[in-house]
Amino acid sequence: MKVIIMGCGRVGAELAAQLDQEGHQVTVLDINPDAFRRLPPDFKGRRVVGNGIDQDVLRRIGVAEADVFIAVTQGDNRNVMAAQIAKHIFNVPRAICRIYDPVREEIYRDLGLETYSPTRTTVGRLKEMALREPVPRRE
Amino acid sequence: MYVVIVGGGKVGYHLAKALLEDGHEVLLIERDRARCERLEAELGDIVLRGDGCEVSVLAAAGLNRADMVVAVTGDDEDNLVVCQVAKARFQVPRTVARINNPKNDEVFHRLGIDHTVNATDAILAHIEQEVPVHALIHLLSMRGGGLEMVEVRVPAHAAVVGKRLKEILLPQQSIVALIIEEDGTPKPPDPETVIHADDKVVVVTRRENEEALRDILTSPARYGPYGPLVAPR
Repeated sequence: MKVIIMGCGRVGAELAAQLDQEGHQVTVLDINPDAFRRLPPDFKGRRVVGNGIDQDVLRRIGVAEADVFIAVTQGDNRNVMAAQIAKHIFNVPRAICRIYDPVREEIYRDLGLETYSPTRTTVGRLKEMALREPVPRRE
Repeated sequence: MYVVIVGGGKVGYHLAKALLEDGHEVLLIERDRARCERLEAELGDIVLRGDGCEVSVLAAAGLNRADMVVAVTGDDEDNLVVCQVAKARFQVPRTVARINNPKNDEVFHRLGIDHTVNATDAILAHIEQEVPVHALIHLLSMRGGGLEMVEVRVPAHAAVVGKRLKEILLPQQSIVALIIEEDGTPKPPDPETVIHADDKVVVVTRRENEEALRDILTSPARYGPYGPLVAPR
């Protein structure tokens, strides 16, 4: 599959590395060229410096031919905007975006985006870990 | 009308002020504390500190009774989200977003924003008006007579380069008033004056002759759609 990942932070880089390992055609996009240092040395995909909310950049990297677009920058709004451009302007069949704010995540899920909120997921998981029975005895 | 403005920069400030003067109810949302204090000192108790992209902040701003939301921060993505959340969550009837990248105009409309305001395009339009690509600048428009004073820069490739003024066939009712040489020296023209490349020729002409005049002074061809440009030898 052709996958475009916007944002080469910890999550973006790790995701790109794994998908690349599994044989997918990966393009990683970041506004900061230093961010690509997080990719493993044997990464075979494309690294592109550019802003994913700029249509011209998306067009240039061939987003119209991509199967999946994943927006995982630090900015919720940037992710939301880029994913919507990919989905509604370039008709990418699957556009996924990370939204930290759970309220905004719900709104955009209702608007038809494929969204993921690490806040919601992490809180759920931490609660489960904290409250699981039995609590070990204090010495 | 109740208008909520997100972004308390220069645009937000002047917009809030103008709307208040027109008697509208205004609330201005700004993230930065120091800026909020300044805005409050100037505009009064109409400032809410917070991130206008947060639903809780928008709820505190009473967005469900707002007639219009105007997002004028410096970031297109923030302005987009403010307007989309205002529509989706609070059913605000009209949303206006400022955009900085002119190409986002289409994106915003496709994504449901009612109006976009695009300073870059507005300024571009003015620049193009002020400095036409065609090398003809309006200096003065004489009202009533239909006469104009225009300045045309003569490009090196123009057929008139090296010609004397009396050899150049200007449109009717056009008079060369002044020639400014490349180094800035103004030269009162006479029929023997020779035109050089990069001269600026100041001409009084009729408005309808503008295009013909430009053609004569800039075209490399000796003949134009209006007839011969340069007198035959």
